[in-house]
Amino acid sequence: MKISAFHLMPHRELPDDFEKRYHSVWVTPPWWELADARRVGQYYNWTLDELLYAARAGFDGVCTNEHHQNAYGFMPSPNLMGSVLAKLTNGTNVAIVQMGATLPTSNPPIRVAEEYAMLDCISGGRLVAGLPLGSAMDVSLCYGITPMEHRERYREAFALTLKAWQAREIFAWNGRYYQLANVNLWPRPIQQPHPPVWVPGSGSISTFDFAVDNEVCYCFLSYSGAKSAKAMMQGYWKVVADKGRDLNPYRAGFLQLVAVADTDARAEEKYARHVEYFYHKCLHWPVQWLTPPGNQDYRSLVATVTNPMRRRAEDLKRLRYRDFVEQGYVIAGSPATVRDRLKEEVVEGLRVGNLMVLLQIGSMPHELTLENMELFACEVMPALRDTWNDEGWVNHWWPESLRGTKPTPAIAGRAAGGA
Amino acid sequence: MTTARQNVHGADAGTRARTLSVWHDQIRIRVVSKGSGPAVVFFHGPWGLAWDPFLDDLARRFTVYAPEHPGTTPDTPDDAGKLDGLWDLVLCYDEVIDALGLDSAFLVGHSFGAMVACEMAAAYPDRARRLALIDPLGFWRDSDPVVNWMLMNPGDLPAQIFRDPSCEAAQRMFGTADDPTARVRVMWAMGVTGKFIWPIPDKGLKKRIHRLKAPALLIWGRDDRLVPAVYAEEFTKRIAGARVQMIHDAGHAPQLEQPETVARLVQEFLLPPAETFQGPDICQSSSAHARRGPGKGLCA
Repeated sequence: MKISAFHLMPHRELPDDFEKRYHSVWVTPPWWELADARRVGQYYNWTLDELLYAARAGFDGVCTNEHHQNAYGFMPSPNLMGSVLAKLTNGTNVAIVQMGATLPTSNPPIRVAEEYAMLDCISGGRLVAGLPLGSAMDVSLCYGITPMEHRERYREAFALTLKAWQAREIFAWNGRYYQLANVNLWPRPIQQPHPPVWVPGSGSISTFDFAVDNEVCYCFLSYSGAKSAKAMMQGYWKVVADKGRDLNPYRAGFLQLVAVADTDARAEEKYARHVEYFYHKCLHWPVQWLTPPGNQDYRSLVATVTNPMRRRAEDLKRLRYRDFVEQGYVIAGSPATVRDRLKEEVVEGLRVGNLMVLLQIGSMPHELTLENMELFACEVMPALRDTWNDEGWVNHWWPESLRGTKPTPAIAGRAAGGA
Repeated sequence: MTTARQNVHGADAGTRARTLSVWHDQIRIRVVSKGSGPAVVFFHGPWGLAWDPFLDDLARRFTVYAPEHPGTTPDTPDDAGKLDGLWDLVLCYDEVIDALGLDSAFLVGHSFGAMVACEMAAAYPDRARRLALIDPLGFWRDSDPVVNWMLMNPGDLPAQIFRDPSCEAAQRMFGTADDPTARVRVMWAMGVTGKFIWPIPDKGLKKRIHRLKAPALLIWGRDDRLVPAVYAEEFTKRIAGARVQMIHDAGHAPQLEQPETVARLVQEFLLPPAETFQGPDICQSSSAHARRGPGKGLCA
């Protein structure tokens, strides 16, 4: 299987009473009160250093993502980060997994197609092209897109992107939302017919259909862990089967928060406050902002309102570290604990071939993040890596030149003998 | 055309409902109507159409036609997707007025619906005989931003819209907190009307409003916490002779909180006795008064 290091690039030093003093971590957090540009420059550099460390430690891929007006993760342009990573990982077998640039907030959306093609060229064909719908907070609240048009714009932009990469002739795009008279992308990606496409989702049925119909890797970017994702991912695999596709585990990606220490007790000592910071501060926003009126189509709205099971019931601020670990929001503990739980609950439980792990969590400082990454790479990853190999699946959703290879760990010390 | 009054929210036995097919048969518009006399077309606000005592009162002297905005009728939720923007919506309503067999009508609207009425009167000046706008949207002031109700917790909406959120009209509009049917109706109505005004409800009316020929009356709830009453000035400074009536003890929906007062003002404006607009019996404010702001010499 393929295992990638994911990063949100959060604000690591929000005040202790942040969630009491401020309305939301997203859209409205006041920059001048909460942040300092020089310090934030340090966060960006730490983020890049951490992902580069992961690349050297033997992860298969490094992931960046896009959010706006947001202290919980603020890479408004993931491709700026991705281009640094692409350049500095040249000569390795690490994939640049952009999870990714958001189509409806890019105007015209061929900007994403262009930048991804650049990244593919710079990296020598190591790009994984994540094409997310984007959250309502980013797309509608920050970037002004009408909620009812969000999905339609995305689907039109998605089709335009795929065509722009592949078309042999210059073409005109006369769409409902985008009109371009001469689409003639420069550059084109190295990977043919186009880089592998991943589509992140949050469990909506229409996205399952979309992912399967378009033969992309469906990625559930969850902060709630495998237990709460079980029913959703079963729903996805049912759609895969119903549409007559094979149950190739590489059709699925999943993001899991992970914290590793020598023992379970040490993990609690080292990570508890960072985990609580993440769930209490970084996910602090009015719940209705996730789905402003019009964001869901009528049938989804009816399903959400009439089925209380689909409503988010849990108040995360009442939960503490042990709750998050017990309920699987975070998989934390000794290497053995993390290994076993990841394998059983996530990889096999959800049938995941493309695993993403979030190892820098909330306020976690740079040094501790590197420790977490190193322990994961040395003590956990080797036990997971060969999962699915005996079934002979091909990971069509990974750069072809990297499919058969394993990155060579270059981290000194424990990593040398770890595997 | 079909007749289907069932499920018309708040409709009583005296109302009629029919469904018009417009936009090359792609959009069905249900129109609730009542009464006889000169035609009034009423455009509802962002929370869906609910037949109410204000409309009932108007129906004593007028034939009131209340179309549901495209997509807000429960069995045709996807019809709103046939329209791409406000220009399409205005054209669509031009077809609706034709389909009702009307050349012109008194146009009355509330909130989003008042903005639609004003856009109709600007696009088709001869369609509007007179224009009564109740807490209309359509403009934007950085100093007094319109509150985006679509980002609020739905449970907090009644208190933002009504001066008294426990009033019967608030119940009629939003239902009880645990009523899923009402929740879907209100959320969807906000979504499909929001399509035409997101993210700022200024879609260029200021460029078009000079085209109005019809006399206009503005009704504003003095305690409007959604579209502050200072917005009345945006209309009065652009519409010659426009009057403002501030309504005491009312928020963003004065026709629902003070139905008798608002119905009387609207009726007297639409069909004044011998066309005497400046009569001493109506407490009114001219544009000049309105410029002094709400609560200064205005009354209901």
